[in-house]
Amino acid sequence: MKILVPVKRVADYNVRIHVKADETGVELANVKMSMNPFDEIAVEEAIRLKEAGKAEEIIAVSIGPGEAEQTLRTALAMGADRAILVKTQQETEPLAVAKVLRAIVKRENPDLVILGKQAIDDDCGQTGQMLAALLGWPQATFISKLEIDGEQATITREIDGGLQTISAPLPLVATTDLRLNEPRYASLPNIMKARRKPLETLTAEELDVDVTPRLEVLKVQEPPARAGGVRVESVDELIDRLKNEAGVL
Amino acid sequence: MAILLIAEHDENSLKEATARALSAARQMDPQVDILVAGEKCAAIARQAAALEGVRKVLLAEDAALAHQMAGPMSALVTPLMETYDALVAPATTTGRDIAPRIAALLDVMQISDVVAVQSPDTFVRPIYAGNALQTVRSKDVKKVLTIRTTAFPATAKSAQAAPVETIAVAEIPPGVRFVSQELNTSERPELTSARIVVSGGRGMGSTEAFAMLEELAARLGAAVGASRAAVDAGFVSNDLQVGQTGKIVAPELYMAFGISGAIQHLAGMKDSRIIVAVNKDEEAPIFQVADYGLVADLFKVLPELMEKLG
Repeated sequence: MKILVPVKRVADYNVRIHVKADETGVELANVKMSMNPFDEIAVEEAIRLKEAGKAEEIIAVSIGPGEAEQTLRTALAMGADRAILVKTQQETEPLAVAKVLRAIVKRENPDLVILGKQAIDDDCGQTGQMLAALLGWPQATFISKLEIDGEQATITREIDGGLQTISAPLPLVATTDLRLNEPRYASLPNIMKARRKPLETLTAEELDVDVTPRLEVLKVQEPPARAGGVRVESVDELIDRLKNEAGVL
Repeated sequence: MAILLIAEHDENSLKEATARALSAARQMDPQVDILVAGEKCAAIARQAAALEGVRKVLLAEDAALAHQMAGPMSALVTPLMETYDALVAPATTTGRDIAPRIAALLDVMQISDVVAVQSPDTFVRPIYAGNALQTVRSKDVKKVLTIRTTAFPATAKSAQAAPVETIAVAEIPPGVRFVSQELNTSERPELTSARIVVSGGRGMGSTEAFAMLEELAARLGAAVGASRAAVDAGFVSNDLQVGQTGKIVAPELYMAFGISGAIQHLAGMKDSRIIVAVNKDEEAPIFQVADYGLVADLFKVLPELMEKLG
């Protein structure tokens, strides 16, 4: 089995984000960038499938600026076999990313595409479902457990009320939820080794995919700040204020 | 032309998320039809028809539509979109699963988690865990949106019911097969629509401590929530998680016990009307958003609260 793992370079989840003064976007200059945490979970799951003898090859793919190569090197250091960087300076929306990924799937013919359920920058949560639609493949979103047996996958999904188990034929697009696994850290020797693993660079034009945005961002603003309240000294004071001041009890 | 809204239901009842998403849809266009799709859901269609301002309800019943899986749902909805300008779904796990699949089939870039409608093509949505709000205009001919339901009020019921029209369901090829479901059978109200939420974090320390929160919740008629740290520590199941990667809640009262207030958690609850924080660390960031902060040991506060509210 061949697995394709799309990964996105995003502002690190520990970074406190600030909106630019001109309201055109958020300030990303000199901000620490990392692999989207949900994509790390996807890379980890692919590696575990390979370690279990269920997969032969893991290909990591990223769409973005040249710096996305660092994110791909992280995936290679974790254990992916090779990587593809589709370079574009354009901000890419999920629909455009799904189209680029479709072109990569057509070239590579993976049996499984596994990616994060959402990126923690734009919080869209669309790419996996869109890719499944464009390929006409089944989809399994928000997964917390994945078992592959031959041509069939059994999946547990995190849904609003609890957990749902489904079964789907391969090929399949799966999107990861938090509890699927805990991603490993790349060891120093593996980081060194990853530098020599193959990384192919393409462009969206070479793949004949139009990545022109469909949404026009009119402005990006800080959310209204929540004024801090008061400190209460005791449970009695808390109950009194909740009853008589806030009127919520 | 008009808007098609996908109803959220579990084949037993229509969820409030539908009435909230309906408020958002009606801000775009007064002509809104609701699609109720499932295995057996005629009773739910009647509930949807009773919502104010609904033009009509489309009822699609078929065994293949049970559990509203994305494959069958997109096969059903995509052709229907020929006669609609926009598709709206609540941003529940069902809506988030289905809507992007339909959007891609329509070649439309979806707008996720809409918190404000500025015009039929311009919307506000949170990015970076709600640390920024983005205003976007869609250049697509048709729109596909998911709605953050806590940002919109539930539409009221109307005295006059809208007509229910049964639509034919074409044969749906097999794909994903439903195996089983384990739903949380708590007596407590649903987390996303509860009036009061009591939530615990890493400071709770154990699953047993969460039983105390359950007890407090029972007395207050509240839902129980948790931070990601509490879920990661294994104290509670993930469906209780409040935050960027869990559920977004905005109750009248949110009580946070032993929650430090990481950005990712604040993203899921900072629109609550009143926030109470109980934490023994007076530097905890949660106090910056709390209306009432109590620096104290939650293991002393919880029993006292229960006794005095009893």
